[in-house]
Amino acid sequence: MTDETLARALLTDMIRIRRMEEKCAEMYSAGKIRGFLHLYVGEEAVAAGSLRVLGSEDAVIATYREHAHALLRGIPMTKIMAEMFGKQEGCSGGRGGSMHLFDADRRFYGGNAIVAAGMPLAAGLAFADKQLKRDRISACYFGEGATAEGAFHESMNMAELWQLPVLFCCENNRYAMGTSIDRELSQVDLIAKAESYRVPAASADGMDVIACHDVMAQAVDHIRTQGGPFFVEFRTYRFRPHSMFDPELYRDKAEVAQWREHDPIQAFTDRCLADALLTEADVATIEQAVAAEVAEAVDYAEAGTLESVDTLTRNVMTVSS
Amino acid sequence: MKTTYRGAVHDAIADAMRADARVVLLGEDVGRYGGTYAVSKGMLEEFGSERIRDTPISELGFVGIGIGAALGGLRPIVEVMTVNFSLLALDQIVNTAAALRHMSNGQFSVPVVIRMATGAGRQLAAQHSHSLENWYAHVPGITVLAPATVADAYGMLRTALTNPDPVVIFEHVGLYNLSADPDELVATDISRAVLRRNGNDATVIAYGGCVPKALDAAEELAAGGIECDVIDLRVLRPLDDTTILESVRRTHRVVVVDEAWRTGSLAAEISSRIVEGAFYELDAPIARVCTMEVPIPYAKHLEDAALPQSDKIVAAVRGLFGDAQ
Repeated sequence: MTDETLARALLTDMIRIRRMEEKCAEMYSAGKIRGFLHLYVGEEAVAAGSLRVLGSEDAVIATYREHAHALLRGIPMTKIMAEMFGKQEGCSGGRGGSMHLFDADRRFYGGNAIVAAGMPLAAGLAFADKQLKRDRISACYFGEGATAEGAFHESMNMAELWQLPVLFCCENNRYAMGTSIDRELSQVDLIAKAESYRVPAASADGMDVIACHDVMAQAVDHIRTQGGPFFVEFRTYRFRPHSMFDPELYRDKAEVAQWREHDPIQAFTDRCLADALLTEADVATIEQAVAAEVAEAVDYAEAGTLESVDTLTRNVMTVSS
Repeated sequence: MKTTYRGAVHDAIADAMRADARVVLLGEDVGRYGGTYAVSKGMLEEFGSERIRDTPISELGFVGIGIGAALGGLRPIVEVMTVNFSLLALDQIVNTAAALRHMSNGQFSVPVVIRMATGAGRQLAAQHSHSLENWYAHVPGITVLAPATVADAYGMLRTALTNPDPVVIFEHVGLYNLSADPDELVATDISRAVLRRNGNDATVIAYGGCVPKALDAAEELAAGGIECDVIDLRVLRPLDDTTILESVRRTHRVVVVDEAWRTGSLAAEISSRIVEGAFYELDAPIARVCTMEVPIPYAKHLEDAALPQSDKIVAAVRGLFGDAQ
């Protein structure tokens, strides 16, 4: 990696995610955000490295741990924060909350809080693209826990059978909520799972943003040139609890501490400094800009307004009965 | 032009596919096999395997793909073999299709049409015969249809395909061989119930496979001097309260017929709406004729005994007048 512009962009994206998520936790404790809140801290390299490889014409389908994907897909942080505050200025009008961020203009299809349910949806979007002869990719993010769901197996099977342009992005953070991978999966080799459906697959160090970027580029290139699906495993780790309600009884603090030594942001910062791609001053400038963005997002969310209950039942159907 | 209910569904799909290249049909054995109930017979030859898509036995997956394809700009018709099997796809229908528009604040609509066979009467026992229309009719965000005539089998499907939101269509297995001679098949309304027979003495409300039974009962009752309104609900969500209440205010007596189990049924919902909207108009308690609270048995005599039949409807209507049964 020698590209200074890319390095700066990747580091900026990861810091934007980290600082936004930290602010979300703070706002949760302050009672401003309610419901379930699933943070992406520790996994930043995956979203930062992979999402920028996609084009604006491509679709992104994510899970309930999707703040990062929404942000990097281009939804303003202000709109994301307002959504979590339940304000009508939010990207889902306050109807969705943390788990249901959406943006039609950016082809961001949520925000799906049923594990693996986004996968048939992504395959369907790809089915439409193939049918209508549009050269686009549908990228679906999900955790390794989703690979135990029927929807995973059914989607992988049909995507390969029908050669659908779906990019399956598995964020393997080693825990399905509190159940570790060896306690949830008989086959922990996820590449073997993909290959059992003859879906081409590759694995990458999900704590290394360059590795995430490169494997995504390989996957996107494969789909654009060969057609058919591709499966990527990003081996990553969640530093914080599953959600704000999680007391983390299922894993050792030592294990978390060990993974934190591989913090993707720290590791990449060190590397950029060592390679003289960025200076300490550059990093400080990024942090400063991000702090301003986060502050603006909170201000925007605070200033946002609550929808009148008079319109409670709108948007259930296109034409209300 | 003599045609069957099966033929009408076939023609609705085929005409829609000819009119709009975005229409595709997905489902188990819809292609080479010609459809479990032979609805899509011959379509593979005309439209090809890209548009008449045989799927693996993966109800959750292919219903989800239909939903995604609708989001992506197609007009998919997804065929599910029976309502019992649709339970495997319930997550995608309820948690995704029905909820997406609302949780995205109106940014995404899902114009998918999901068709499935429903109901008993063919000795298919407890995993192929149930009537679970009320499960779907419970859910905001979807329109639920139950065509009971040849004209509606064609017309409601054509209109469903112009609807911007998800539509679930129930085709009763006992109706596929129903034959009629309509002048022409055209798109029909998908918001109203209709009166299939007029009479001022009592109202019989039915849908789907129970409509012919209700009409038979009304015929028999008329011979005995009781003239009935027979309402074909057609649309199970949203329910057409206006047509129901207008009839009840005129007849003052009601029997609700429902092939589902009585507990938590649409018959219960309809009874409740009548009580809310026309309680003081009633001259007798509302009666219900529903399926017995048992998984549908295989043996013919037991299956018949479990289901609403016209003689039970006749008895229920007579009961409204205090007659001994």
